[in-house]
Amino acid sequence: MTTYIVRRLLLALFCLFMITLIVFFAMRLLPGDPIIIYIGQSQQLSALDEEGMEKLRKEFGLDKPIMVQYLTWVSGVIRFDFGDSIFYHMPVGTILWERFPVTVNLGLYAFVLSTLFGIIAGILAAVRRAKLVDRIVTPLSYVGICVPVFWLGILMIYVFGLKLNWLPIIGYTSPFDDFWLSIKQAIMPVICLTIGALAATARQMRSSMLEVIRQDYIRTAWSKGFTERVIIMRHALKNSLIPVVTVLGLHLGFILGGSVIVETVFSIPGIGHLMVDSIFSQDYAIVQSCTLIFAVIVVFANLIVDISYGWLDPKVQYG
Amino acid sequence: MGESNTTSADFTAAPPRINEWQRFVRVFFQRRIVIFGLLILVMLGFTALFADWLAPYNPYKQNLRKILQQPSKEHLLGTDSVGRDTLSRLIYGTRTALTVGFVSAGIAASIGITLGIMAGYFGGIINIVIMRLTDVLMAFPMIVLALLLAAVLGGGIHNVILALGIVMAAGYIRVMCGMTLSIKENDYVLAERAMGASHLRIMTRHVLPNAFAPIIVVITLQLGFLILSEAALSFLGIGIKPPGAAWGAMVNEGYRFLVRIPILSFAPGAAIMLVVFAFNMVGDALRDALDPRLRGTL
Repeated sequence: MTTYIVRRLLLALFCLFMITLIVFFAMRLLPGDPIIIYIGQSQQLSALDEEGMEKLRKEFGLDKPIMVQYLTWVSGVIRFDFGDSIFYHMPVGTILWERFPVTVNLGLYAFVLSTLFGIIAGILAAVRRAKLVDRIVTPLSYVGICVPVFWLGILMIYVFGLKLNWLPIIGYTSPFDDFWLSIKQAIMPVICLTIGALAATARQMRSSMLEVIRQDYIRTAWSKGFTERVIIMRHALKNSLIPVVTVLGLHLGFILGGSVIVETVFSIPGIGHLMVDSIFSQDYAIVQSCTLIFAVIVVFANLIVDISYGWLDPKVQYG
Repeated sequence: MGESNTTSADFTAAPPRINEWQRFVRVFFQRRIVIFGLLILVMLGFTALFADWLAPYNPYKQNLRKILQQPSKEHLLGTDSVGRDTLSRLIYGTRTALTVGFVSAGIAASIGITLGIMAGYFGGIINIVIMRLTDVLMAFPMIVLALLLAAVLGGGIHNVILALGIVMAAGYIRVMCGMTLSIKENDYVLAERAMGASHLRIMTRHVLPNAFAPIIVVITLQLGFLILSEAALSFLGIGIKPPGAAWGAMVNEGYRFLVRIPILSFAPGAAIMLVVFAFNMVGDALRDALDPRLRGTL
């Protein structure tokens, strides 16, 4: 068990290392000199001569060998120093610190809801196969993964925001400032973030549960006279959860990816929206940092999933 | 079954020959919705091919006297903010969607299949390197990595295709590696080796054809997802440059005039959903018909 966790941790570390490499060098491949882009952003700098540019280059450490630049960047990132934004004229870390909780807030709602309801819907559809519940859940789960979330968001804004006037159409409020407003504003974006992962979870849970309840030990449990509830919850659930839990990390990544789109639709000041804005303002320090954060979250989620595996499936060979 | 009058001849006779093609068709059309999916795909291909004839208006021609018109007999889906016919732009959008889908699927498949076969066939250090790199690639949320790549490469449809192709390669690598691992254990591979065949020959003549079914299934299932991703990227403003027609960008443009003329945004979104749904349905049916063992893994 311990060796497994250690090995898994090392693997995650390797993954993190590769991610920093990819993110850093992707940005270095950018067409054009970062200094020229930087100068282009600012009025007073645009009149700079060659000498001034050399000075700036030194200031940013761009005259050093690329490996030194990489190490400087990584050691900064570890201390949460992501460099300066050329568009907002402040440290990227400060901006991220403001925006990050927003994305985490909505992402957590979506992750919890999609996992919980996906599992419940999947179980119900499997247990009541070909009955009413299944006939509703299964087609919906097929449709749910096809919906373009940006379109769903706009559709909901039109219906619930503009026509029925039930919900505020855009914006974000922290639940600590105004709880009810925050919930009301979160409903539509969270539905958008949830739907894809929810549908995928429900589908997976259904097929996995169907597989499990066909097995001999479940028939044995039936013949012992247990009630259906006990059989499903105590015998079948744990085994059928295994394939579902495996992909939870992927689903979290899916939700985070969705936040890029959903935050843009609903004008929510999270890191997804920030990333899109920064691509257009060519604020590459921010694009870099946002990508890094998304990937790091997924790596940690996968790590937790892999380690928690043992609880669900003792057959897993740690070693 | 279970009847008492079975004779021993029934057991010794050869099993009835199953016509593979008939079996394929029967399983493929098991769910009626597949017909609907196929119909949509045929229509989609038809629309893309004959867009020039089908479109009632020139999709790029602006008409400032007829901006933001509601649907009417002349303009079935209304017009956009510079007076272009929405239906015509929708029709031309099929070309963008299909081009991006097929070309990026082709790129993803070529990269993924090559690396996947190598990882599975050679094993050892090559396997470890390739599979660990795949893990890293999978750690990025798809759309985020595509955004990063598109930012690095610069917008434009070609770069979006390239970015999506790279991002989606991971799926093929995983599937191909798994398939290759099991195929290479077959005796015919050993026999071929004994006769002195090169690794390249075995990989291209034996491993690849035997992995044909899952490749086709992955491609079909991914096409829907690719079209969805391209739509998301073009919604965010990355991808095809104006005045080119892309469904995602059309949804975004319509969003600004949501109050006045909602159909501008609704119609292209519905088209995206329908097409993605069709690809998924056909992909699922193909999987069941070609190789039911893939259920649950793909």
